[in-house]
Amino acid sequence: MTPPPGSLLTAENLRKAYGPTLALDGAGFSIHPGEVVAVMGPSGSGKSTLLHCLAGIVPPDSGSILYDGADLATMSDARRSALRRSDFGFVFQFGQLVPELTCVENVALPLRLNGTSRKEAERAALAWMQRLEVDDIGRKRPGEVSGGQGQRVAVARALVTEPRVLFADEPTGALDSLNGERVMELLTDAARSTSAAVVLVTHEARVAAYSDREIVVRDGKSRDMERAV
Amino acid sequence: MSIGHTLLGLLESGPRHGYDLKRAFDEKFGHDRPLHYGQVYSTMSRLLKNGLVEVDGIEPGGGPERKRYAITDAGVTDVQTWLATPEKPEPYLQSTLYTKVVLALLTRRDAADILDTQRAEHLRLMRILTDRKRKGDLADQLICDHALFHLEADLRWLELTAARLDKLAEVVVK
Repeated sequence: MTPPPGSLLTAENLRKAYGPTLALDGAGFSIHPGEVVAVMGPSGSGKSTLLHCLAGIVPPDSGSILYDGADLATMSDARRSALRRSDFGFVFQFGQLVPELTCVENVALPLRLNGTSRKEAERAALAWMQRLEVDDIGRKRPGEVSGGQGQRVAVARALVTEPRVLFADEPTGALDSLNGERVMELLTDAARSTSAAVVLVTHEARVAAYSDREIVVRDGKSRDMERAV
Repeated sequence: MSIGHTLLGLLESGPRHGYDLKRAFDEKFGHDRPLHYGQVYSTMSRLLKNGLVEVDGIEPGGGPERKRYAITDAGVTDVQTWLATPEKPEPYLQSTLYTKVVLALLTRRDAADILDTQRAEHLRLMRILTDRKRKGDLADQLICDHALFHLEADLRWLELTAARLDKLAEVVVK
């Protein structure tokens, strides 16, 4: 496979089945550094499976995924895990913060797992929390903050390692309109400032409107709408 | 909605008289606003003049309603171009989009493609409004929000229609 020039992450002809159910049926994808691409489609269309394959969480049954020149599909589990920690960030809809840790400890966690000292990790964590406008709740635990605040903490945690690709699966799905929009503003501003690519899975058009372009997934097949129009 | 394109699309399945065209139009698209005969004949005259239809036959003793019209190659191309071009997002767009989807199904074109292309056009405008909102004051934000909510409603309709295409095909292609 020859990826498009300048592309950071490219997938081609991905197929993935769960038992008799074909989740991906020849899907493709491509993203450049600093680009925000929305992955849209109805429930069950395969968009979350596509994200999981792109992020190396789930291996495809066939097809190729090139990240910075290396094929994720044939990479060892250990190397894929290392890559996820060093180069990828994740934001999901629910349940991603560790309830026993304070918010600042949650944000600092990826750095601590990579061997950064507590003091340095928490300093960086607080700087990101400031950018996400939640530095005032650093010492609270996730159960003590609102849904919107918790999601901003999750975004700060995803960005604290300055990943090259941020994967966001329905990141505002549990939030009201105002909070959801603010999270999207902060998330896309922060990602653009570090030239991170953002793969944004959403079924909401107002969220997708924060992207640079969209691909549509239907019945496991993808369609790049920029090339279609 | 473009009555000319709709009548052209209906002619793709075979030549028809003006009266048949009106009846097919009213049955499929004219739920609360049936076509007047005058509209049919003036539209057909225009299409004839522009080379998009031709007279396929005239039945004896007939007035203008006895002419049978057939679509030309230029007419088929014109329908194809119309179907493939997304509509400018605006209120009450649904009747035009519905017509396009039904005509695509009737003429065995890819109706999902029309919906995808329209979604991309809506999102393009939503990106512009979202960007204006981010940079604007509260008044800008409220004005843009109003437009965004309407566009979002259109998009929800597009998604629902896309999910129901198989059922719609069963109803219209019978």
